[in-house]
Amino acid sequence: MPDDSSESSLSAPPRLGALFGNFFMVGVLGFGGVLPLARRMIVEQRRWLSPAEFNDVLSLCQFLPGANIVNVSVSLGGRWHGPLGALAAIAGLLAAPIGIVIALGAVYLRYRDVAPVAHGFAGLAAAASGLVLATALRIASPLRTRPRAMLVAAVALGALALLRLPMLPVLLVLVPASIALNRREA
Amino acid sequence: MSADVAAGPLPALAALFAELSMLAIGGANALVPEMQRRVAAQGWMGPSEFAALFALAQAAPGPNMLVVTLVGWRAAGWSGAAVATGAFIVPSGILTYAVSRLWHRFREARWRRVVQTGLTPVTVGLVMAAGVLLCQAAATDAGTLLVSLATAVLMLATRLHPLWLLAAGGALGAAGLL
Repeated sequence: MPDDSSESSLSAPPRLGALFGNFFMVGVLGFGGVLPLARRMIVEQRRWLSPAEFNDVLSLCQFLPGANIVNVSVSLGGRWHGPLGALAAIAGLLAAPIGIVIALGAVYLRYRDVAPVAHGFAGLAAAASGLVLATALRIASPLRTRPRAMLVAAVALGALALLRLPMLPVLLVLVPASIALNRREA
Repeated sequence: MSADVAAGPLPALAALFAELSMLAIGGANALVPEMQRRVAAQGWMGPSEFAALFALAQAAPGPNMLVVTLVGWRAAGWSGAAVATGAFIVPSGILTYAVSRLWHRFREARWRRVVQTGLTPVTVGLVMAAGVLLCQAAATDAGTLLVSLATAVLMLATRLHPLWLLAAGGALGAAGLL
């Protein structure tokens, strides 16, 4: 099975060109979220990392600020080739998607007064909001058995979505409070 | 457009997205409420246009953080897109680069698990707030609300690729059914 790659069956670290090329393909093909595709490429197809090593990198990147997948590319590119490697991975990941998203944005701006286009984008935006709701519920489900964690999540939700408070003060209060409240469960 | 006007929003874009870059704990989705609020305060776009651009970034290939590129592009054209994207990537990228090299050492440290356990519920709350705000901006009537809720249910209950759900929402709208 591709997922059992043990340390011994790992490939050699990629050269710069391969780093750029593989992240480029992940960027081009990564519809609706890049992370699953990146994991498949890194762990199962290219075998640059074992599953456990990948989880270790990912948990660091979720813990640090910034887009998770961008952090993963910086972290791995940097590990293998220093700053140049980080640049190659991030450029590969973002080059095509930036061009595509701006092209779509131009279509939206130009034709958004045309009724079918406007309604199409309205439907697209509604579906996109549903995807974010589903993601939130999915990552919330492991917290079901932890009332203190649920309380923290509910306070964050209320502060940002109902009271519309700015994020920085909310984080400055909630993060230390949450760490203190949940420390016994770590 | 005079050079003066063209340079206008760039410093504000750079400052806003550099700040958001360092606030983005839990990924780009967690940032949506703050980004929506700040972008409206700058007068660059209202919540419904923001929701449409976020939807574009989700539907297009690549990370959802590309909504940042679109906001910059909308505020100040190509240079705005470049400045916003760079400002969003560079601060957190440098931090990640530096910390990655130290991280291995603390892999088993208890404080790291304690911090992670405390951060997760905050992240969950942030992403929930993003879902609620995007839903408020995008679900403006019964039809779009139904699409939003049905998408959430299908995403949770089936293994359909998210792109199909986005395409279905767009097609229903374009066909005049919403």
